[in-house]
Amino acid sequence: MEFWYSEKHTENVYLSIKVDKQLYSSTSRFQRIDVFESFEFGRFLALDGFMMLTEKDEFIYHEMITHVPMAVNPDIKKILVIGAGDGGVLRELIKYSTIETIDVAEIDEEVVNVCKKFLPKTACGFDDERVNIYYQDGMKFIRRHVGEYDLIIVDSTDPFGPGEGLFTKEFYGNCYNALKEDGIMVNQHESPFYEEDAAAMKRAHKRIYDSFPISKLYQAFIPTYPSGHWLFGFASKKYHPLRDMNEAKWESFGIKTRYYNPNLHKGSFYLPNYVEEMLENVE
Amino acid sequence: MTLSDQNRAPLYEALEELKTMHIVPFDVPGHKRGKGNKELTDFLGVKCLSVDINSMRHMDNLCHPTGVIKEAEELAGQAFGAKHAYFMVNGTTSAVQSMVLYVLKRGDKIILPRNVHRSVINAFVLCGAIPVYINPQINSDLGISLGMSYNDVVKAIEQNPDAKAVFVNNPTYYGICSNLKKITEIAHKHNMLVLVDEAHGTHLYFGEGLPVSAMAAGADMASVSMHKSGGSLTQSSLLLAGGNINTDYLRQVINLTQTTSGSYLLMSSLDISRRRLYLHGKDIFKTVVELAQYARDEINEIGDYYAYSKELVNGDTVFDFDVTKLSINTSGVGLAGIEIFDLLRDEYDIQIEFGDLENILAYISVGDSDKNIEQLIGSLSEIRRRYKKPRTSSLKHEYINPVVEMSPQDAFYAKKLSVEIKKTAGEICGEFVMAYPPGIPILAPGERITEQIIDYIIYAKEKGSLITGPEDMHIQRLNILQGGR
Repeated sequence: MEFWYSEKHTENVYLSIKVDKQLYSSTSRFQRIDVFESFEFGRFLALDGFMMLTEKDEFIYHEMITHVPMAVNPDIKKILVIGAGDGGVLRELIKYSTIETIDVAEIDEEVVNVCKKFLPKTACGFDDERVNIYYQDGMKFIRRHVGEYDLIIVDSTDPFGPGEGLFTKEFYGNCYNALKEDGIMVNQHESPFYEEDAAAMKRAHKRIYDSFPISKLYQAFIPTYPSGHWLFGFASKKYHPLRDMNEAKWESFGIKTRYYNPNLHKGSFYLPNYVEEMLENVE
Repeated sequence: MTLSDQNRAPLYEALEELKTMHIVPFDVPGHKRGKGNKELTDFLGVKCLSVDINSMRHMDNLCHPTGVIKEAEELAGQAFGAKHAYFMVNGTTSAVQSMVLYVLKRGDKIILPRNVHRSVINAFVLCGAIPVYINPQINSDLGISLGMSYNDVVKAIEQNPDAKAVFVNNPTYYGICSNLKKITEIAHKHNMLVLVDEAHGTHLYFGEGLPVSAMAAGADMASVSMHKSGGSLTQSSLLLAGGNINTDYLRQVINLTQTTSGSYLLMSSLDISRRRLYLHGKDIFKTVVELAQYARDEINEIGDYYAYSKELVNGDTVFDFDVTKLSINTSGVGLAGIEIFDLLRDEYDIQIEFGDLENILAYISVGDSDKNIEQLIGSLSEIRRRYKKPRTSSLKHEYINPVVEMSPQDAFYAKKLSVEIKKTAGEICGEFVMAYPPGIPILAPGERITEQIIDYIIYAKEKGSLITGPEDMHIQRLNILQGGR
């Protein structure tokens, strides 16, 4: 018997992972949730048939979406995380004793419950006393907050399905509004490689670029995401991600990471020419 | 026919059966189930083209229905509580025309609110009827026209005992309902028929806790845009007939203007939608009401916007309010409704139904999700943050009683002259002049132009009101009747 999980990366490209067994499957009010046990990647979570994280490579994504803004402004105290039902972002953030509050707006409570049960290595930050979880649509949550956060992390699914609204202009505008005067927003920014992903990436960049005075992209290599080449958005009212980076202060925290380091931080903002060109075209 | 027949959709079922029969088509349409027009078939799909057929045996004929169309119409009649329902494929406009042509002939009078849809007055051009208008009253704070006051209707009936019918909007575009039941009673007492424009009211027949529908109120005919809240294809509509109507004669009237090649796509969409509404309408409109109410609450919480609802009800000119309508007054944000309409489209990729000087209208239906609604609310909140301006003095709405000098028909066909607007006082107007807001005709063909009217047109234009109708798009000239003074 061979049991394979296949995910369509484009009409003509599939990624297939050999599966040992399926651990969980259900359909919540918002999406289909599946957890598999694989030989190569350990356990992995899929929402609506798209892989969200695997035990083997999730550290790359979660370190890059958290430590980059923390190294730019190590004084960040109050954070809003939108999405992040798997808890990986929280696991990284609670390593900072300086952070005081982490609000989480996750639309789907069932994702959190499933991750706590089946992916305990990732979903381990929910019980920290600084974490407040709100099970509601991030779009709605954000509207009620003005000038409140130092950092907003948008850990969304793709811009189709439940995460669609987290890629719209009004959402970015509402994030801008919810941030303090020196606030930073970091978001999952899709891939520049395949055409459809690249279109979503460009659309998102245009909207963020229009909403924030500083809007830069950085990259990471995540094997199980389409093409493996993934982007993050760094949008900010005041701080530049390289010029304002506080390497010494970050090093002083002594946080142990497997992917992120200050040199990689700097390097990750240097993008391939074809990506730079795409961005220039929409700026 | 029993209620359990509502599970059926006879026209749809006949089309499904036809698909399995592999009939070789040597009849129109010439695309022959799509095979003769690849580009069109690629675009619309084989499923769609394969049922774009002509009348044939077993598939009945819309002009003279005896088979599956008749059955489907009877089921629709039953579902809507009507004596009969006619499938209309020329839009609700043709349903409105048929109501008017059924009741009125040359010189007959009809009592109606001034804020009727243009198609009603256009129908008078066809039949030569004389309109007797009632002031629909205006809410000046919101800049919207309301319903008819019951006492105004009574007065009009007493002053025009020879009128043949009373016409009612149920509800208006903005969701406002008149006291349809009492208006129907008084009209019937004076042997007048009651015709209802229910273009925005399909859901009233199926939802709970909504304003009364025309058939339930005892009205005689109603034009229902199934394609609006009912979910059928654009241009498909129903004409409902009550107990006092000679249904065979009404069919003849419909056939005066309706196509003889009724589209089976449109008709099957009516059949399928009727079944769906009958079986699931209660739940569907419960969801719509909840979505609209959620949006209203959230939008009102943003501040400066006013999404109005039942608090407008005053027992008369706002006898009831249709809570599925999401109408929002924007004057507190200092932006015209039309500006917000454009911003939503250009900046936030949202297309709403309508924007006038002071209001916008977002159409909420069962096709919406929480996500769409959040996007709309979030965008409105952003527009307020980014574009808010000090409130400007709003347009003072003024209702000017029209002086009808001749039937719209006589005026329409009369010899006309184009004259500079300021020199037209005392002349008879040969065309429409509409102002949005409040969506009321200022002039219709056959009406006397006065200084007051000219001043109002110029004032409304300066205030940014959208003036439509005249041949001269800049509204500097008006067509008047030769020798009308």
